[in-house]
Amino acid sequence: MRVLGLETSCDETGIALYDTERGLLAHRIYSQIALHAEYGGVVPELASRDHVRKALPLIHETLNEAGLTVKDLDGIAYTSGPGLVGALLVGACLGRSLAWALGVPSVGVHHMEGHLLAPMLEDTAPDFPFIALLVSGGHTQLVRVDGIGRYELLGESLDDAAGEAFDKAAKMMGLPYPGGPALSKLADSGDATRFRFPRPMTDRPGLDFSFSGLKTQVRTTILDCAVEGVLADQDKADIAACFQAAVVDTLAIKCKRAMQQTGVKRLIIAGGVGANRRLREQLQQTAESLKGQVFYPRPQFCTDNGAMIAFAGACRLLAGSAADLAVAVVPRWPMTELAPVDTLARPQGQQHG
Amino acid sequence: MLALAAQMAAALSRSGQSGGLIFLEGTLGAGKTTFSRGLIHALGYQGAVKSPTYTLVEDYTCQLGRICHFDLYRLGDPEELEFMGIRDYLDDGVLCLIEWPDKGRGVLPEADLEIRIEDLGDSRELALIARTATGQAWLAAWPEEPAS
Repeated sequence: MRVLGLETSCDETGIALYDTERGLLAHRIYSQIALHAEYGGVVPELASRDHVRKALPLIHETLNEAGLTVKDLDGIAYTSGPGLVGALLVGACLGRSLAWALGVPSVGVHHMEGHLLAPMLEDTAPDFPFIALLVSGGHTQLVRVDGIGRYELLGESLDDAAGEAFDKAAKMMGLPYPGGPALSKLADSGDATRFRFPRPMTDRPGLDFSFSGLKTQVRTTILDCAVEGVLADQDKADIAACFQAAVVDTLAIKCKRAMQQTGVKRLIIAGGVGANRRLREQLQQTAESLKGQVFYPRPQFCTDNGAMIAFAGACRLLAGSAADLAVAVVPRWPMTELAPVDTLARPQGQQHG
Repeated sequence: MLALAAQMAAALSRSGQSGGLIFLEGTLGAGKTTFSRGLIHALGYQGAVKSPTYTLVEDYTCQLGRICHFDLYRLGDPEELEFMGIRDYLDDGVLCLIEWPDKGRGVLPEADLEIRIEDLGDSRELALIARTATGQAWLAAWPEEPAS
């Protein structure tokens, strides 16, 4: 079964072609980062308009790369939530109507399910069950995954998401948008031991997170270090390094706790912050200390992409799920409401971990 | 901050007018979301009150009615509020808390109450400014003693 996947829930337009017998055939991601950079953030309506502009050319490019035409498609998957409603509607309208015109089934995919299953796109994929750490600008969640659609939320951020904390700390330090990656780069030349930032909510039981207080800590430290309102480069780098260490440590402590509490030895990392090198290194150590294993999607599939939607959609289409003719999006959609299915759309012969 | 939020909740309940528009102003990290969270909890909502920065708006229902918590930080142009359907939120009876209201100037109506939070390092100074009769009614109903 060949499935076209469309992801338009936020500021990336992602298109991919997934074949349940041959794996991923082609994919394209167009990022609106440059467009939003001048505003210092995502602009919802601009995002929708840009998806409209980019989606069709990207579908053509993706099909061309795979040497296929729309007539070769057996199904279409699009992100139907959660996300910005205008942006979601672009992918849903396009996906649903294209499927109708071609006479093939279509399915709306939960964006976070896409992220949870993204490591399955790699040659070495985790077996169920596994613990997933989803970390991005909008989410920080620990989820136990027992199968497709079998998700248990173990913990989540009670206030700011980890990626949001990165972006806001970066903004306070005057770094360019998107702040997270810029802050991480700066942290490489900083001393992570100079200031002692708290590891929020690690001194009590539970798997929830809170990153809002770190913002205040960064602000206070900037005020303490700045001379006549100007922060020296080394101070900036040291604050970045201490901040990053605090976030990474906190995430690692909670991942370890989740693995210990559940007895599950496999950990996957997904979401934009999952591309952070420091986080990857530390979680690798955490898993090794528990004789466990860590799985990541490749960095470009950590952030929003069409491949994860095509894959998750293929699993659901194989199980017979299909959307009716209505174009429906669900801006707020708890992951635990998804129906379980048992069809893993991976080509045979690939390794499992 | 939380004690003040509890007093604000008491004032809203006592005034008999729970719907209205509150602007929250202050720099990044000043405590706008902390105040909002305290207020939403003090009004009886028991779940997590997350930062609305990414989602732009979070919607809560509690005993007193509906509360919509906005963060306009990521808005590029005030007109974007129209695309979000802002008019549907600013209905009678809905309590709207708006962080970074400057980003919505021109499209947002006047606030009933403006709360300006100044970050003084290890403390915060709050100024409450009533802009309408509703705002004045809230301040008139302010409890003498901090709510426990």
